[in-house]
Amino acid sequence: MKNQYIEIPYAILCELTHRCPLSCPYCTNPINLEKKSNEIDTNTWKRLITEASNMGVLQIHFSGGEPTVRKDLEELINHANSLDLYTNLITSAVLLNEDRIKKLYDSGLDHVQVSFQDDNSKSGDKIAGYKAHEKKIKICKLIRKIGLPLTINAVMHRQNLHNLENIIKMAVDLDAERIEVAQVQYYGWALKNIEAFLPTRKQLDITTKLVNRYKKKLKGILVFDYVVPDYYAKKPKVCLGGWAKRFINVTPSGRVLPCHAAESIDYLEFDNIKDKSLAWIWENSKSFNEFRGSSWMSEPCKSCDRKEVDWGGCRCQAYALTGDPYATDPTCEKSPYRKVLDKPLSAVGKKIIPEFKYRKIKVKKSIFGIGHNSKKNI
Amino acid sequence: MLTPIILKNNDIPKFSKSVKFKFDVQRNKWIINAPERVIELNESAAEILQLINGKISIKTITNKIKNKYVHTPEDLILNDIIKLLQLLADKRFVIK
Repeated sequence: MKNQYIEIPYAILCELTHRCPLSCPYCTNPINLEKKSNEIDTNTWKRLITEASNMGVLQIHFSGGEPTVRKDLEELINHANSLDLYTNLITSAVLLNEDRIKKLYDSGLDHVQVSFQDDNSKSGDKIAGYKAHEKKIKICKLIRKIGLPLTINAVMHRQNLHNLENIIKMAVDLDAERIEVAQVQYYGWALKNIEAFLPTRKQLDITTKLVNRYKKKLKGILVFDYVVPDYYAKKPKVCLGGWAKRFINVTPSGRVLPCHAAESIDYLEFDNIKDKSLAWIWENSKSFNEFRGSSWMSEPCKSCDRKEVDWGGCRCQAYALTGDPYATDPTCEKSPYRKVLDKPLSAVGKKIIPEFKYRKIKVKKSIFGIGHNSKKNI
Repeated sequence: MLTPIILKNNDIPKFSKSVKFKFDVQRNKWIINAPERVIELNESAAEILQLINGKISIKTITNKIKNKYVHTPEDLILNDIIKLLQLLADKRFVIK
């Protein structure tokens, strides 16, 4: 019998590669990064894109790592565009130039999203582990000059929240249409660095007020998406609209996941697009059905009137913080595990900020092949 | 700095480059594909948006719609259309 909760997916995020010249300590990629030699080829990506379109997927995000290291990016965008998918490029921008942006434009790209680490190069470059900031500014101007719509993704935390007002102004100056004020979410790399990033309650309250003020002030100029750190929430976040409900993530090696952090639930087994069709995986993969709907829930989720509103919160967070993937997300006020947040929250605002543990691929020599990496990143 | 768009009767609306308005066969609905979001439209909103082509004004769109709503005053229809388009302009999905 078909699971009653199987719906038509809306979006697919293709992590084309884990290679990236930056080494941000809050990177959303998993701790175990894929090598170039494991990446799936152009034709496999194209087949996946065709299958996604046939299933009713509407939007495709090309991400990484840094997706522009893939020379076939334009070919993949062109393919998605020919199938009438909405194409979005999520990039650090540092490897782009005017010629490449034109090629991306010509391949039918609909939208570009560029991440920023701060409002200035000194701090931004330190967080990125790369001389990125000035280059990003320059490339964003070119993106707009060529005519692509732009979102600025501002990754926020205790060390840069005081610069948010400047970042918003920077987004307006760059003629971005949209800004994501995205507070760091604590998985993988970010969880290793939580003490360096988790803001204080006071910082968060100031930020929320600021965002609300600018949302009103910049109506019709800059659209805001605001993501708060859920450690301070009373109710858990509705992670991706529910497990295996709307969203598909594909890793550089072709593993198909219900969310980008799903591999952190280390006992789950994931199917690969090299072996199975996307539709088969969406409907039948054990990892997709594991937390689909609400029948997997235990108490207090099971009898909660919000169980099909927030879907028990985030499974990856529940597993990372409690060791039990079926537990209520500890950021829910009803969670019996709520006290696991005490430790990270008690360390918040400590005067001494720990050094970053930078993202890196576990290999001896550089596999980036772009020659920009300082020794510590390799 | 850019100034926000305030739509009026004689303005000619069009979709901005950041969105794609289309009929989705799988869901049997008109939708707007926008950055990081999909907006599923109800029938009346879809009917109005299908008339947006960057050539005709809001007033003309109203004239084309009004015959279907003979019991509703034209002013009310015009107001509703402006309200819908202004909502989309505030998100920079519609420009003029």
